[in-house]
Parts: sequence; C-alpha cells; structure tokens
Amino acid sequence: MAVPVTIGVPNVLVSEWTKLRSLRSTYWTAIVAVVVAIGIAILGCSSFVRHFSPSDLHGFDAASFSVQGLYASQILLGALGVLTISGEYATGMIRTTLTSVPQRRSMLVLKGAVFAAAALVLGEIASFGSFGVGQAILHGKHAGVSLGDHNVLRAVIGGGLYIAVVGLLAFGLGALVRRTAGALAAFFAVLFLPSALIDLLPSSWHDTVMKYAPANAGTQIMAVTRQHHMLTAWNGLGVLVLYAVAITGLAVYLIGRRDA
Amino acid sequence: MIEVANLSKRFGSTLAVDGLSFTVQPGRVTGFLGPNGSGKSTTMRMILGLDHPTRGSATINGREYGAIRRPMHQVGSLLDAKAMHGGRSAYHHLLCVAQSNGIPRRRVGEVLELVGLSSVARKRARGFSLGMGQRLGIATALLGDPEVLMFDEPVNGLDPEGILWIRTLLRSLAAEGRTVFVSSHLMSEMALTADHLVVIGRGRLIADCSTAELVASSSQSYVHVKTPDVDKLIEALATVGADVVEADQSLRVTGVGSATVGEVAAREGVVLHELTLRQPSLEAAFMELTRDTVEFGGASTLQIGA
Ligand SMILES: Nc1ncnc2c1ncn2[C@@H]1O[C@H](COP(=O)(O)OP(=O)(O)OP(=O)(O)O)[C@@H](O)[C@H]1O
Ligand SMILES: [Mg+2]
Repeated sequence: MAVPVTIGVPNVLVSEWTKLRSLRSTYWTAIVAVVVAIGIAILGCSSFVRHFSPSDLHGFDAASFSVQGLYASQILLGALGVLTISGEYATGMIRTTLTSVPQRRSMLVLKGAVFAAAALVLGEIASFGSFGVGQAILHGKHAGVSLGDHNVLRAVIGGGLYIAVVGLLAFGLGALVRRTAGALAAFFAVLFLPSALIDLLPSSWHDTVMKYAPANAGTQIMAVTRQHHMLTAWNGLGVLVLYAVAITGLAVYLIGRRDA
Repeated sequence: MIEVANLSKRFGSTLAVDGLSFTVQPGRVTGFLGPNGSGKSTTMRMILGLDHPTRGSATINGREYGAIRRPMHQVGSLLDAKAMHGGRSAYHHLLCVAQSNGIPRRRVGEVLELVGLSSVARKRARGFSLGMGQRLGIATALLGDPEVLMFDEPVNGLDPEGILWIRTLLRSLAAEGRTVFVSSHLMSEMALTADHLVVIGRGRLIADCSTAELVASSSQSYVHVKTPDVDKLIEALATVGADVVEADQSLRVTGVGSATVGEVAAREGVVLHELTLRQPSLEAAFMELTRDTVEFGGASTLQIGA
C-alpha cells in the first residue's frame, strides 16, 4: 500500500511553534540564555577595562571576547533542544504527536526546524546584545570594534548561527536517545569531552581532534582573525553543521523504524 | 470501520499479540475485552501506527494509519496512559493538536465545553486528576469530529458520575453511526456499554460476538433445585425432557425453565426447599472464557463465534 502521503507542512510548523511557546520552561531558558550571555559580556569587558594595560591589545579579538558568554548560552539552549523532544517521550506527549501527525520523519524534521529557527533568533539576540554591551564598555579604553570592521559582522552573526546549530545538534541527540538524562549527557560529551580527553589521546591525533571537535570547529565562526591550527570560519561552522545534520538525520531515519 | 488481519506483535520472547483478526463495525459500541497483559493496548497501538506489527496489518477505512493525512479528522483516540505534556495548559494542548491537523481554533473551546473542562482550560495539565486527564484525552480524540473512535480504558480513574458520562458519550457516538472501539477489563461496565464484544486472551481471539451471545454461549443457565425427594423428582423431570445432574443434595436442571420444574414438582407432590434460576453474569462468562488464557494460566484456548 504505497500511497504517497503529503502532510500539511504549514500546519505542522504552526503546531510545533505552539508547543514550544506554550511551555514556561521555554521562556525561562530563553531569558536566562540571553541574560547570561549579556551578563558575561558585562563582567568580562568591565574586568578587561579595569585591569587594562595597552599591551593587552596585542592580538586582542574584541568581538569574540564580548560574545564569549555564548559558551554558557549554548548549554541552556542545548538543554532546551534536548527537552523539546525528550520531554515528549518523558510525558507521553509523543503518542499524541505521532497520532496527530503519523508521518513521523517529516514531523521530526519540521519540529527540528522550528526549534533551530527559535534558537537562531535567540542566539542572534544574545550575540548582538552581548556584542553591543561589550563594545560599549570596551570603547572606554578605545579597545572596542564596530560591526563595520573586518570580519566583525561575520563573527557576531556567526555567534547566533553557532547557537542554532548547537541547538539542532542537541535536538538530534534528544530524538536519538529519547531519555532526557542520557541525551543531556551525550550533549555534554559531544561538546566538552574532546577537549577534556585530548591529553589521553596519542599526540599525533591532537591537531586533528582539536580541529574537528564539534565545538572547536563551530566556534571558529566567532573569531575575527583565523586561529592557528584551526579550520577557517565557514569550514568550521560547516563541520559543525555536518555533525548536527548527521545526528538529526540518524534520528529521523530511526523514528520511522522504532516503536513509539 | 477498523480491520485487523492476522496481526501479531512480538516483544523479545513475549508474543503479545498472536495472529489476531477481527473487524470493528460502525454504528455500535464494540468492547475490547481481555485480562491484564492480554494485548489490548498493544493491538490498539498497532492500529494507530505507534507500534510496528511483527506480522499482519491493521487498517482504518481501508488505509493504514500512517497513510492517513491529517488523521484527527477520521480517527480519534485515547490511549491508556496520559499522552500529554504536564507543563502545557489544556487549551494549548488541544490547540497544538488542532493546528497540526488544520482544525479551527474555535473547535478547541467546543470540545473543552463538551468534556466539562472549560473552567480549567488555562490550567496546566500536570495538576489534573486522573479523571480530568481522561477528559482531556477524550477532548483530544473528539477534536476532528472523527468517524472512528478508539478508547483504551477510558473509565480508568473516573468516579461513578464520570463513568456514566463516558457510557452515555460512547453510546451517543455510536448512535450517530460512528465506529466506537473501547477496551476494558471491567466486564460489568462493558455489559452496559457495548453492543458487541471482541474478547482476547494471551494475544489471541477468544470471542467475537454480541454481548448477549457471549453470556448465552458461556456455561448455560440452569435451575437450581433442592428437595428431600430427589429420586422422585429426577424421574418426573425426565418425562419432560430435562437434563438433571445431582450434586450434593441439590439438582442442577437444564433444558427446561424454572416454571416447568415447579409445575412438575407440584403435580407429583414433591416438596421443594429451593428453586432458583441461576444465570452467569457477563463477568462470570468472561472469567470462564479467559480462565485458560490469563497470564501464567493453562495454554488452551476456546474458540466461539467468529
Ligand atoms: N514495549 C513493550 N516491551 C515489552 N513487552 C511489552 C511492551 N508492551 C507490552 N508488552 C507486553 O505485551 C503484553 C501485552 O501488553 P498490553 O499492554 O498490550 O496488555 P493489555 O491487554 O493492554 O493489558 P492491561 O489490561 O493491563 O492494560 C504484556 O505481556 C506486556 O508485558
Ligand atoms: Mg492496556
């Protein structure tokens, strides 16, 4: 019975957006993610200005310094990405979702797209917000940069893109693992384990692992000047996208085969 | 119409559903009965495309569930466990389901009204009692005004008023010509609600017949008689074609009614100490049918009806 099935794409997108916005945890996580990014920009840049000496400016990347709070935001938005799908499994909502949209693979793709889009918007708010606040503080010592400077706009927009892709990666892990705790552990492992375990690996692997580890690759987009031994900005983000798409793709493949 | 054909499901070493075939017709309430763990929920989950059958197929109006576009318009379902996110309000739970199937927003208010949850529409489902959760599940099933309804243990957790409400609702849905398929292990409830029964045990079909037939086909009703003059009564009853079994000073008479037994006794001048018509309840009929199939019981199955 190979009846081609089409689903109402706009219907599912609207429905998934309602699901996301109708949970209080979404609001709290979103607000905290943005506040943390801006707060870290304020603390970091104030401290820089307070202890400023002109020699600090050597090799100083003011843009990426001001958006460093995104490293904290990614954890919050990653957790939100995991919960967006693992929460459905934990509560039983998934059975309602799959009986209302039995085209499982399309459903999961659209759900992931809605979350990634929301994460992108939040990521950009956090990135531009912390950049703006940070540069305002740094300008006090003429250490700031502006969006018109070389590669700065790319770095700031890239901060939001990075958050969105990390969010999608987390969503993919949530869909794959299904259990919140397990998926969160997997998410932290993917982000932090390569750097944590680097010294345990044979030294000939170090450069490759450092280059291609998801977080290292993806964060190059936020660097205004290219870092030694690292991928270029867009190649690095591209590698992170590949991780996210591969994991989400595997989850999409499996959701069609597994029992709900 | 729901059609289940040769459906099987294996979980590791457990054969939860074993070659099940039956059809659920529109216009009546079909009860789905079986002891705990007999495979009712698993069967319903396969009909809804949540579990993949190991063998066989299940279709609704001729199509597999997974091939139905915007299925809420055709099939409404309530599963045995809560299938909602506790952090979401009743209103938003219904709204997201409605939106996924292109159901207008005003319908959300209508079904909330219908199940009596309007006053708690903005409350988060986490705080709902079991009964309120069931009502929200039923509201979800009714959103798309579907022709086919499937409910897994809908009276679970409901108070007597709630049970009466469900019974009335199910009967009125069937009276409108819809296909209504309800699982339960409460025989007494099904006796009042269902017109037709599909009984399973250990994943296999035991009976597929009307509720009345189930009682009749079970251990027949008999007349229980106590008399000090056993031999004389047995002789007299034999002349009217009754089957009599003697069991500890009482007689178990089949083949004739209690009135005939009384008349025969009067004619022969036999004193009776007791004369009762004993009929099994649906509960007893069910117990008898499924005795051999309950988990950890014997292995034989009894096939009646079809
Ligand atoms: N996901 C699963 N994994 C392994 N075994 C399962 C799974 N789901 C059900 N089973 C087993 O399949 C059998 C049928 O279970 P099912 O829930 O379908 O029964 P049921 O008739 O709905 O019972 P109840 O009246 O208690 O709700 C049981 O033995 C159960 O343990
Ligand atoms: Mg069950």
